[in-house]
Amino acid sequence: MRDTAPRAGRGRGPVTVFAAAALAVGLAACGAGDTSSDGDTAAPGGALSGGLTVFAAASLTDAFTEIAEDFQERYPGVEVTFNFAGSSELAQQINSGAPADVFAAADTATMEQVVEGEGLDADWAAEHGGSGRVFATNTLRIAVPSDNPAGIENLEDLAGDDVRTAFCAEEVPCGSATATALEASGLDITPVTYEEDVRAVLTKVELGEVDAGLVYASDVVAAEGRVEGLEFPEAEDAVNDYPIGALPGPAGPGLAAAWIEAVTSAEGAAVLGEAGFGAP
Amino acid sequence: MTTGTPRPPGNAPVVRAPRTRAPRTRSGRIPWVLVVPAVVGVLFLVLPFAGMLVRAPWPTMGARITEPDVLRALWLSLSTATAATVVSLVFGIPLAWMLARTGFPGRRFVRALVTVPLVIPPVVGGVALLMVLGRNGLVGRYLDAWFGLTLPFTPAAVVIAQVFVAMPFLVISVEGALRGADRRYEEAAATLGADRVTIFTRVTLPMVLPGIGAGAVLCWARALGEFGATITFAGNFPGTTQTMPLAVYMAMQRDPEAAVVLSLVLLLVSLVVLATLRERWVNAA
Repeated sequence: MRDTAPRAGRGRGPVTVFAAAALAVGLAACGAGDTSSDGDTAAPGGALSGGLTVFAAASLTDAFTEIAEDFQERYPGVEVTFNFAGSSELAQQINSGAPADVFAAADTATMEQVVEGEGLDADWAAEHGGSGRVFATNTLRIAVPSDNPAGIENLEDLAGDDVRTAFCAEEVPCGSATATALEASGLDITPVTYEEDVRAVLTKVELGEVDAGLVYASDVVAAEGRVEGLEFPEAEDAVNDYPIGALPGPAGPGLAAAWIEAVTSAEGAAVLGEAGFGAP
Repeated sequence: MTTGTPRPPGNAPVVRAPRTRAPRTRSGRIPWVLVVPAVVGVLFLVLPFAGMLVRAPWPTMGARITEPDVLRALWLSLSTATAATVVSLVFGIPLAWMLARTGFPGRRFVRALVTVPLVIPPVVGGVALLMVLGRNGLVGRYLDAWFGLTLPFTPAAVVIAQVFVAMPFLVISVEGALRGADRRYEEAAATLGADRVTIFTRVTLPMVLPGIGAGAVLCWARALGEFGATITFAGNFPGTTQTMPLAVYMAMQRDPEAAVVLSLVLLLVSLVVLATLRERWVNAA
């Protein structure tokens, strides 16, 4: 029912990215319940192999793609496949039986949906926590077109009568963060549109259709200069935690845990930092 | 990119005089080779709908569908889809006539262009519309500068997005009907002294009316279900640009049951409208 917008991303290399939600769900029939397949843990010494399917929030596209390149260099027998989409959408796919090995969400509420639904891998959860492990944070920024036609400087400026703003819909994580930040500010701002995800807000800002939008710091980095990101103090009240967790997927717990290690390692944190994410 | 001659249902028997039931009784045997795939086809189309019926939260249904947001979205959907169909008829029928009846240079190319909106993902279509009609778009910047008119985030933008994705269905249907129609009637009218406009309105149009009807229904249905181009070009604001498909998508993020309810409302309303129209046309024909 949903048309998938092209996501920003560079240098995918051998990593296969598939955004076809329908495909993922369709594959569920083959993947579900088959835990002893080719991708299980291997001999000591770290010789992992097999396929690993990572479901990750769209905002992680660039960072995870880069981490996967290093990961596959380290474990040549491993092939990482991504499904990048909105966190809520991914949670729904996982709870409908999509064959995912790792889930990285853009907020803890969405991870909670999966914990309560399909559930995390029991062994992994026993070791690392039942609600996933927070590996990054993301803070809101005011995104303005690079020429900033409305002369926006802070959140208060968005309340002006002639200022057009785009927010995320409250149903998606960036929208609930926006609502929290607005509540903290005490401002009453009515946008012209509630977008379905953060990249859609970014598109509206990039094209100059709105004077400002609230997006994440990572999105400003991903826009590569096409928008400008302004920090604002109220954003501190709405910092998003990004949790990651291993699922009882076809690849088996060893491979999933290795991926999570890679993401939470110093190298992983550096890549995430470059992409605009904060440390947990 | 190329199109053959599309033959939508209802174009072929347009001028075949007195229209009666097909001679179905000639052979007593049911051709299984046709029935079996037909049944599979129907099941495939209907099963997802049945799945929704099973999952629907029936006890709370009444309260959910009378929420003001739902009614506003439904009204917006019905009115914009109808407006989009009218606009498509006004521009689409002459375009179909040009494609079917004239031999202007580059006609094949234009016909291929007409089908472009069918091929490209609607979200991309929405971005394209923004680039042309947006506040900074090629045309939109002048609309803004000269008339103070900005289209995005207005109900008019919803209609424009719907016309963009739905009009090709109408054009293809009507063009098919025109090609299937017997041109001798038009030639006869011409020999009796009718000019081309008279021929078009008095002879051609009545002849292809069923094709226009079928095309309009397809167009309306496509406009009603439009999502990608709408949310990209018109945005999503309750009461202004949030049509039913957008409301369904938003509900899906938070409460899948609510999404099922909204989808059922949309389906029910569109089925009632289509069934009523179809009845009219079948009776009229």
